[in-house]
Amino acid sequence: MARIRTALKGKWPFAICSGILVVFFLVSILAPWIAPNDPIQVNLALKLMPPSLEYPLGTDQLGRCNLSRLLFGARVSLGFATLIFVASLGIGLVVGTLAGYRGGWIDTLLMRFCDGVMAFPNLVLVLGIVGLLGPGLWQVVVALMMVQWVYYARMIRGMVVSMKEQNFITAARISGSSNWKIIRRHLVPNVLPPIMVMGTLEMGWAIMDISALSFLGLGIQPPTPEWGAMIHEGTSFMRSNPELMLYPGLMILFVVISFNVIGESLSEQFGVKRRY
Amino acid sequence: MVIYLIKRLFAVVPIILFAIFLMFVLVRLSPVDPAQAYLAASNIHPTEELLAEKRQEFGLDRPLIVQYFQTVADIVRFDFGNSYVTNTPVWQEIATRLPATLQLAFSSILVAIIVSVPLGFLSAVYKNSWLDHFSRLLSYLGASIPQFWLGYVLIFFFAVKLDLFPVEGRGTWQHFVLPSITLSLALIAIYTRLLRASVLEELEETYVLYGRTRGLKEKGIMVKHVLRISISPMLTGLGMNLGKLLTGTIIVEQVFSWPGFGRFFIEAIFNRDIPVIQSYVVLAACLFIVCNLIVDIIQLYLDPRISREGRTQF
Repeated sequence: MARIRTALKGKWPFAICSGILVVFFLVSILAPWIAPNDPIQVNLALKLMPPSLEYPLGTDQLGRCNLSRLLFGARVSLGFATLIFVASLGIGLVVGTLAGYRGGWIDTLLMRFCDGVMAFPNLVLVLGIVGLLGPGLWQVVVALMMVQWVYYARMIRGMVVSMKEQNFITAARISGSSNWKIIRRHLVPNVLPPIMVMGTLEMGWAIMDISALSFLGLGIQPPTPEWGAMIHEGTSFMRSNPELMLYPGLMILFVVISFNVIGESLSEQFGVKRRY
Repeated sequence: MVIYLIKRLFAVVPIILFAIFLMFVLVRLSPVDPAQAYLAASNIHPTEELLAEKRQEFGLDRPLIVQYFQTVADIVRFDFGNSYVTNTPVWQEIATRLPATLQLAFSSILVAIIVSVPLGFLSAVYKNSWLDHFSRLLSYLGASIPQFWLGYVLIFFFAVKLDLFPVEGRGTWQHFVLPSITLSLALIAIYTRLLRASVLEELEETYVLYGRTRGLKEKGIMVKHVLRISISPMLTGLGMNLGKLLTGTIIVEQVFSWPGFGRFFIEAIFNRDIPVIQSYVVLAACLFIVCNLIVDIIQLYLDPRISREGRTQF
């Protein structure tokens, strides 16, 4: 017990936030089993009901169970944020290592492209892409991916370039390792930890962006439960049932703040500079 | 320095060209046919003849490379085409809506600076005090609260419950209060942390020690020297976060029914009003680039030590 206490000293925000995230991830996986009701089952006879045993957080304007909708909403937000994270990390890893390891004109071409994408304010480009592809969840996911991989690619490229000149890579080359082996066995494992730290912060952004786009009506389409869309629906009933818009907002706040706290303390530990 | 400036100015040109190119590619890749979108937006039933006629009018039948240079030439002349919905030049639409957005943006920057300069400075000077903890909490909140939700929460408490401020629209100063607070919280979060970090860094410098050994008043050292130098990173922060401010205006305008450029952009997305979408994105990129350039130049002026090599290339 005493040992745990010393280990946690000064790190309790980190511990609490990790706990919150673990709970949210569990909820999003287990949603179909722990949700008390069907999240999209409409029952107009039971609309805007106060909390009861059957509906622990009451019902919304269409008589759907609020708690179930919140639980399933975690699934959408966390699931798609993870998907965006993994996909953009994958693209960034391929492009970044290629550019950094090969150098030359490939490097210049790829990095100029990244510069170009970074010249746009992030969400403006996402909105532009969604605007041209049309509203919808997959368009939003693709747009966020197209914008986010650039940051990973740039960072990975920088690390690969500086690592390439170090002795252990030269040693590997002298001992006859192929390029592919050097990349797989030596470069990628060294690049990943700091990138994961950056990814924690990016997860928070992704969740905010997904919900913001859904709020604008461009992302998830009803009746799928999603926190941003739920806030949007809830605002019409602000005077009579403010909890309809308050609960989903608090969910987003908890998840994003947890990602930010964890990301920040990890980046302090790893000495990774965060991007503002 | 002059050579550096000229270099920087020329470096901007290819980036803007690339921005236009990216937009151009996206428009061509999009499944939306501009001719069809135009007719749909003007409520005209599309026939084959009309579609072909419109396509010719938009120059869609010409080779892609010609179309691209035509687009660049149009944008350089500030000709963004006509909105499909209102059929007036996009430039005119922008000009009528931009002032509202700029007012909102400037009032939020003002609020952000008024709050974050004293807060960041004091939380560095009184490190680990309750004020420091409070400012840390505020920064985490500011970075993690979804802006649209914050807007509605403020509306709920201050407009609906307490009836202190109007719910939406634009006109008197009261209309500015809630949108500016909503928009500025994210900026406050960033600037407070930035200023705190840079003040802490400056406090380690030898000139602070020298000032103290000379017997200068602590207050004088802090305000005259430390604060003045520490402000500089905030300028960079201002340039880099312009994008956040821009997207923030889109969302806040939507929440508070603010008649600005951002809301017009969202409407355009729903109407498939391609010229408006295209010009908003290109203009936002240009604004972003130019502001960062200006910030760089101001910084070079404030702190000539900044070497040319050490600076990030755009």
